[in-house]
Amino acid sequence: MADVVTKATRESFGEALCELAKENDKIVVLDADLAGATKTSIFQKAYPDRFFDCGIAEGNMMCIAAGLASCGKTPVAASFAMFSTGRAYEQIRNSIGYPGLNVKIAGSHAGISTGEDGATHQCLEDVALMRTIPGMTVLCPADHYEMMAATKAAIEHEGPVYIRLGRLAIDSFNDPDTYEFELGKGITLHEGNDITVVATGLVVNEARKAVEALEAEGMNVRLINIHTIKPIDREIIIKAAQETGRIITVEEHNVIGGLGDAVCDVVTSECPVPVRKVGVYDRYGYSGPAWELLEKFGLTATGIAQVIREEIAKK
Amino acid sequence: MNNSEKRQLRVLAAKARLGAIIGTFNAKSGHPGGSLSAADIMTYLYFKEMNVDPQNPQMADRDRFVLSKGHCCPSLYAVLALKGFFDWDELTKLRHVGAMLQGHPDMKGTPGIDMSTGSLGQGVSAACGMALAAKYDKKDYRVYAILGDGECEEGQVWESAMFAAHNKLDNLTVIVDQNGLQIDGPVAEVCGIEPLDKKFESFGFNVIKIDGHSFDDIEAAFEKAKTVKGQPTAILAKTVKGKGVSFMENQVDWHGKGPNKEEYEKACAELQATIAELEGEC
Repeated sequence: MADVVTKATRESFGEALCELAKENDKIVVLDADLAGATKTSIFQKAYPDRFFDCGIAEGNMMCIAAGLASCGKTPVAASFAMFSTGRAYEQIRNSIGYPGLNVKIAGSHAGISTGEDGATHQCLEDVALMRTIPGMTVLCPADHYEMMAATKAAIEHEGPVYIRLGRLAIDSFNDPDTYEFELGKGITLHEGNDITVVATGLVVNEARKAVEALEAEGMNVRLINIHTIKPIDREIIIKAAQETGRIITVEEHNVIGGLGDAVCDVVTSECPVPVRKVGVYDRYGYSGPAWELLEKFGLTATGIAQVIREEIAKK
Repeated sequence: MNNSEKRQLRVLAAKARLGAIIGTFNAKSGHPGGSLSAADIMTYLYFKEMNVDPQNPQMADRDRFVLSKGHCCPSLYAVLALKGFFDWDELTKLRHVGAMLQGHPDMKGTPGIDMSTGSLGQGVSAACGMALAAKYDKKDYRVYAILGDGECEEGQVWESAMFAAHNKLDNLTVIVDQNGLQIDGPVAEVCGIEPLDKKFESFGFNVIKIDGHSFDDIEAAFEKAKTVKGQPTAILAKTVKGKGVSFMENQVDWHGKGPNKEEYEKACAELQATIAELEGEC
């Protein structure tokens, strides 16, 4: 196993774009005055002629990306998730989604772990918004290695993609020597038949720690990492529902419209089992250091472990 | 342009107007007023100005057109049909279930449409992206976008104007179809946009004011736009909403409804008379 890399997924994303741009001259990157924060600045430095700062005008940026894509480019348009998917939702829906244009939309500073900036910048709705757009692929990678692979897959995929990036530096847990990314395929990180935890993004590693700790208490928990929220891996979820009978979803997002709902959509139609959604319960966040907030919202290993104990006790 | 060419353009524009009337009558809905005001400009673009090939609508280095005021597509569809992108008969199915011609332009389903539009304020941004792609690829194709005057109330229009000037997109020409009316009434009364020329100038555009129904004016403006380097051009075209159909002219009521049978027959008779008269002169 390679060394643990501690890095924010936004930074991995910027690095991946630079790598990919070496071989692919169709890639151009747009930002809306947040290049230093979204880390598209890494690309800007390497490829200044292929980087366009649109200024603080996210709706305009999305439609410019649409125009570029219509002329054969592969534009990547980045801002904070709040603004790329929230402010510019309707531009994405009508000018990118409807014509199915090959634009890659990046949303950084997603989730409660944005921290001190507080509620206006902690986007908890981006996955919900992007899931509603027909033909949109929605990615939420969990660590450095997964982000590198997911960015490559997003660029190679023909069609609109939303990719969720985090601000907080987090430890990697995937082994780059064995890790394989396949668009639309979940990854079973831990086997077990007592219950299933389905997680996405930053909280996957927290869920992993929780599941490993509970092993010592004699609980065998299945853990599935869903990096592609849309199209979701139905097969892996149905199998988990059938074999474990109960599911917990964990996400750094509002419980309305995110991973939890995507999982519920699958199980209610195929194999109804109880699903407990762990996330932000239809409320706004507030300012604070990222890890303290994650703890408060029950999204660290301790909080997740407690929910697992409660749910197994119900079986 | 000699008089014969001008007459031919007038015939084509009258046919485009007829197509818009046929479309909106059969759809029992749609937007005839703004379709008719922009008909001369779109006719000029497709028959005199733009490098396009109806046999190869996706031709890589073609000029691009974005109808930012997407609701005025009935006359664009008619122009595209006249140019040979698809059959004229498609107009009779406009807005019908399963039809190729959607209520607002759909670039995936309709040959000749370069950008899906309909939600106002977004078209010039997309045109900026196309113009930027041309610059990036060192290609000399040009990009054209038609805005409504009411549409200039959308903030994104000015975001795109800033971007176009900042990036020196001299291969972009924006035409404002200034028919003076929007759904709720005269633009000046709903939320005035004047002075539009000074606004575009202050955003860094080369501004040209024309009569949007004069082919001499239209030709001169597009020719001038091609000579301007380092800045985009805005052509402010004064037009008449409903132009060419007497009872639709300058009537806000004709913004967004289809003609009934009686109105349809009257409009067709007027336009066919115009066509016959012009063809008699040819």
